[in-house]
Amino acid sequence: VQLHLDPDQMLFRDTVRKFLSKEMPVARVREIADDPAGFDREWWRRGAEMGWTAFLVPEDQGGGSVSGRGLVDLAIAAEEMGREVSPGPLVPTNVVAAALAEAAPDGRFDEALERLVAGDAVASWCVYEPPGGWSPETPGVEIAEKDGGFVLNGVKDRVEAGNVADLLLVTALGPDGVVQLLVDATASGVDVRPMDSVDTIRRYAQITFSDVRVPATALVNDAEASAAAIQRQLDIAVALQCAETVGAISRVFEFTMQWAFDRYSFGRPLASYQALKHRFADMRVWLEACAATAAGAADAVQARSARAAEAVSVAKSYIGDKAPAIVQDCVQMHGGIGVTWEHDIHLYLRRVIVNRAMFGTPNEHRLRLASLLGVGDEETTK
Amino acid sequence: VSTETMETLEAFRGRARDWLAANMPLRERDLDWGHIENEEDAWQRARELQHKLHEGGFAGVSYPRAYGGQGLTAEHQKVFTEESMAYDMPLLLNVPTFSICAPTIMDFGTEEQKRRYLPALLRGDEVWVQFLSEPRGGSDLAGCTTRATRDGDVYVLNGSKTWSSGAYAADYALCLARTNWDVPKHSGLTMLIVKVHQPGIDIRRIKQVNGASEFCEEFFDDVLVPAEDVLGEENQGWAVASRQLYHERTAVGGGSPYTSGRRMGGETAGIDLVAVARATGQVDDAHVRELVAEAHVLDQVQEQLIARVSDAIRTGQLPQTAASLLRLFSATTNESKHDIALEIAGAAAVTTPLVGVNTAQAGLDYLMRQGGSLGGGSSEMSRNLISERFLDMPREPAADRDIPFNQVKQGTAGVRR
Repeated sequence: VQLHLDPDQMLFRDTVRKFLSKEMPVARVREIADDPAGFDREWWRRGAEMGWTAFLVPEDQGGGSVSGRGLVDLAIAAEEMGREVSPGPLVPTNVVAAALAEAAPDGRFDEALERLVAGDAVASWCVYEPPGGWSPETPGVEIAEKDGGFVLNGVKDRVEAGNVADLLLVTALGPDGVVQLLVDATASGVDVRPMDSVDTIRRYAQITFSDVRVPATALVNDAEASAAAIQRQLDIAVALQCAETVGAISRVFEFTMQWAFDRYSFGRPLASYQALKHRFADMRVWLEACAATAAGAADAVQARSARAAEAVSVAKSYIGDKAPAIVQDCVQMHGGIGVTWEHDIHLYLRRVIVNRAMFGTPNEHRLRLASLLGVGDEETTK
Repeated sequence: VSTETMETLEAFRGRARDWLAANMPLRERDLDWGHIENEEDAWQRARELQHKLHEGGFAGVSYPRAYGGQGLTAEHQKVFTEESMAYDMPLLLNVPTFSICAPTIMDFGTEEQKRRYLPALLRGDEVWVQFLSEPRGGSDLAGCTTRATRDGDVYVLNGSKTWSSGAYAADYALCLARTNWDVPKHSGLTMLIVKVHQPGIDIRRIKQVNGASEFCEEFFDDVLVPAEDVLGEENQGWAVASRQLYHERTAVGGGSPYTSGRRMGGETAGIDLVAVARATGQVDDAHVRELVAEAHVLDQVQEQLIARVSDAIRTGQLPQTAASLLRLFSATTNESKHDIALEIAGAAAVTTPLVGVNTAQAGLDYLMRQGGSLGGGSSEMSRNLISERFLDMPREPAADRDIPFNQVKQGTAGVRR
């Protein structure tokens, strides 16, 4: 989404693009729709070698980036993965890695980070609960202190990559307020159930915690730190999600343009009809605007700007509305083939509507923005 | 100017900030054409403010020194605009004088023309206007029927033009006229530099639905234009007009490197949505809060898009035709913002309250909702340009292509005498 990439970033982009088109082209992506895991661990490790899991972790904690601007670098990977509707837990693993690194510059989570960065472990960011929307600051999952550690009870759902995750970052309500804990997915009392989702590639799970015992060292963010930490995690997640969506809609726009040139009716290409040309013109404007605001969000989050939350909500509000509109218009341009299983466009439609819905809908982000702008009573805003 | 001697952006910012604080008046309220009570005074004030900028060394920041500018970069101009937000600025001179007419003179003027006209306009001494659209049509500009007939040392100009903003207050016009009727339409046009106030030119002001009368129409009756006042070459006027339209799309889209001060009709102009929401007791209403945020999103994304596309055009990552993206975004965004204002104001948009915030402004502004989608080329023309010139989709069929203009069918609607 960035207009200007340095030579190293360009090399990284080209490497990711080549890797995906060779190892995970859309044809291959379609095959793994039937695979219970949803992605191949060995493939993920190779991605990790390229840096997919390292960019939000400082060098002294085992990470590193391409340009020194890790989030912007990671957005490059996200955009490329969007272009191929790629599988892989890019957002949850990186959000959790960033959360661990930022919460523990002292190194207390370095072992977990090492596994995540190497691609040996996958992490899930457990922030949704049935049946509600985006409200991580009011979790129903509860923790109690016991024997110098904690006991965890409750249910999370829509946990991305929850079916395969090794580590779970869980937001929960403790005696002193909202906290975040790192839970081993294999711990006793953790029950993971896959959920069917609109996105056939991306996997979600419901995870039930029944008297799960976790040690005191599992505390990532205490009640004092959690609010700011969760906002930061949200900003990272949405910035990456927006970059991924821009990759997806760019690709859809490209192949739909090609279709319009190649498809003839009444002896002329679809691309010659003014009614359709005007819709392509509108879409092209929206596409550039989506890229511009996604880049703005990535820049602001990277810089930890005081206006990062605003930039993120602006981007999500705009892209969340426009991306599904663009893809549906492209479905229309395709005609009947656009609503068949055979055509790839539904894979993209699935991805963009899932991205629209997750981590705050456009409406939820507009309400967040209104609060950031000071519009509305403090009592009614979050 | 080499990079060694160029003033740094930081140094320039400091100098601009100090000078503005010491010399320019603070602005009292937003300037938008629907809301100006006395248009003549506003033009006079703009000229005076430009004089001040010129004396202070801040007129034409990115124009070459040789032509009365400061010889700095578009980035310096951007910095100056950022610093100028709190001040009363001669915004009326931005479009078309600084951002459309002047760059076109830069592109096509002879050395003599550049030295004659550019310093004067940058001083605020001379205001420019465009004589492009005609009553017979605006989108098909190359089908222009204003006639310029060469007679010895002069052209004799006859015909009419319209939608020229601020013509009554202007000194010079760039006027597109037909000089050859025996060739296809694009090949017989000439761009003339015309003195606005002279015998044979009758200017009438057009009253718009919101009561403003900023736009004018002009009638030419044997107006004499010296033969040397051609911009570019005779019968090569379409090349000049095309360049002028490019500058116009860039300016109207908000991406011009030559405007100074904030955009009119941009983020700060128009109605204050939060004030309307407060005045109508809806500030805690979730739907209204979403609408206020949505307008903010559109403003922010527009700024981001302008910065991105301008940068991309400057660095060659996008072709110049991408300027139409900004033009179309600006138009559709404007429409959405009018809709949002009307919805927030609700029934309060109907009448002007006897005290407090003028909520009826939302209703009055809405009358001009399509203005931004018509001026500077219609949104439909933008969509044609984007699809045909930027996306390389097939061109629309045209019944006048490669046909001598005097054989092209002309309709009757809108043609006036």
